[in-house]
Amino acid sequence: MNPVLKLLIEGEHLTTAQMAQVAGIPEVEINQHLEQLKKDRIFLGWRPVLDLSRESVAAVRAVIEVKITPERGGGFNRLAERLSRFDEVESCYLMSGAYDLLIFVNGPSLQKVAGFVSEKLSTLEGVLSTSTHFMLRSYKEGGFLIEHSSQEADRLKVSP
Amino acid sequence: MKRFIARHVGTLPKSGIRDFFEIVSKMKDVISLGIGEPDFDTPWHIREAAIYALEKGKTHYTSNLGLVELRRAISTYVETHYSVSYRPDDEVIVTVGVSEAIDLALRALLNPGDKVLYHQPCYVSYNPSVALAHGVAIPVPTRADDGFALNVADIEKAWQPGCKVLMINLPCNPTGGTCDRARLEKIARFAVEKDLIVLSDEIYSELVYDNAHTSIAVFPGMKERTIFLHGFSKAFAMTGFRIGYACGPAELIDAMMKIHQYSMLCAPILAQEAAVEALTRGEDSVKKMREQYHRRRDLVVRRLNEGGLKCHAPGGAFYVFPSVASTGLNDRDFAYGLLKAQSVAVVPGTAFGANGAGFVRASFATGYDQLVEACDRIERFVNATTPCSAPSSS
Repeated sequence: MNPVLKLLIEGEHLTTAQMAQVAGIPEVEINQHLEQLKKDRIFLGWRPVLDLSRESVAAVRAVIEVKITPERGGGFNRLAERLSRFDEVESCYLMSGAYDLLIFVNGPSLQKVAGFVSEKLSTLEGVLSTSTHFMLRSYKEGGFLIEHSSQEADRLKVSP
Repeated sequence: MKRFIARHVGTLPKSGIRDFFEIVSKMKDVISLGIGEPDFDTPWHIREAAIYALEKGKTHYTSNLGLVELRRAISTYVETHYSVSYRPDDEVIVTVGVSEAIDLALRALLNPGDKVLYHQPCYVSYNPSVALAHGVAIPVPTRADDGFALNVADIEKAWQPGCKVLMINLPCNPTGGTCDRARLEKIARFAVEKDLIVLSDEIYSELVYDNAHTSIAVFPGMKERTIFLHGFSKAFAMTGFRIGYACGPAELIDAMMKIHQYSMLCAPILAQEAAVEALTRGEDSVKKMREQYHRRRDLVVRRLNEGGLKCHAPGGAFYVFPSVASTGLNDRDFAYGLLKAQSVAVVPGTAFGANGAGFVRASFATGYDQLVEACDRIERFVNATTPCSAPSSS
């Protein structure tokens, strides 16, 4: 396996210099590996994991369950790809079970997200139904726990 | 065959940069800063609106003036952003890009021999458009030490009897020059005094970085003598859609509509549908792109000045217009030399009129990494060509 990919999967945030130390190869090679991963569309990009509830940044997130009609030739792909291209759509998955697509949407306000659902999503030919759930609070984000009350466990400075 | 070609077309010079871009298109690994269009694709929601319209069978002619829905959206947008209100019913016409709107306006206004004042350096089509409408184009110079802003004193100096129209393009392609409110007001007063019609091409007005944009149409006595021209190409990255519009006094719009009706009939309906989406829901996309351009402008201006080319910070649009005087080369030799030595394409300033001599236009509508690389290459070229004023100490 690509050594950089291995480090990325482990999920710790390392600079390329740190990666070079951990993997024991020169930093130039790390950069080459990263470039290769980008080229292969395995590594798509960086995103910070943020808890915006602490910064009073207006942001609304919703999950939408969508039922769509599959098409000859492409199945669900054409419609799913078309929906995925909207800026509001953060993630889009094909699911097994009661609905077909699960879409994560975010926007600056409830109206903007609602507008996306009513104007863009539900008006598309092939979209049979949508069911929108707004997120109220998050407890864990991208692997990080979000602690709403700061109960830091006191660790003894010295312990036997 | 020449004897069949109309005189005013036969004598029209070809665009000066054509042969230059022939060479560019045949070269490999060129970083082109010569392209006058956004590097962004049209925002997806706008493209999707066009697809949706196609799916719904919107494939027919529209009213000559354009879809009522679009004209209403234009009227609201112009009122909100430029503080001038136009009636959607008879004061707005949707055209195939601003280029068509300019052509319609000039053809509707000019009798053979009527004179048109325009500032120079300017967009390549201004002078030819005037000539094709049988008018006479009178250039008004703008200057680098003034940030290529337009000065009423220069307009006064260039004015002569028979001048009927003043064409302005602020922010300006190729200089990025803008005009503050006070100067613009003086120009407005001059237009009223000399009874000029003003064609105001505000295609870059969403892309301003330092000061808010003001339209000349807001000043007293101006709305009735201004044709406000705008489009979707730059702010919404919709160049290929070919869609723009003109707003102005009903009688002038009606005269323009007559030509449009017989030559174009209407702007393509899919572009009109996409334009409605752009105006009603495109604000966020414009803001994102503007922020990107702003960052790039600051980078390029800083790097070019550090690299030895004197360059003012353009107040708007996505072009820098540095002087190449420090290299001892003229603009054409600089552009050819830079292309040959470092594979970076910029446009010689004389392509935008004689007043562009000694300058080149570089577009920063290119990715940040590419711009960094291009600036490195330009710096290397400048260092290699600049005549040494003092021997370097070793």
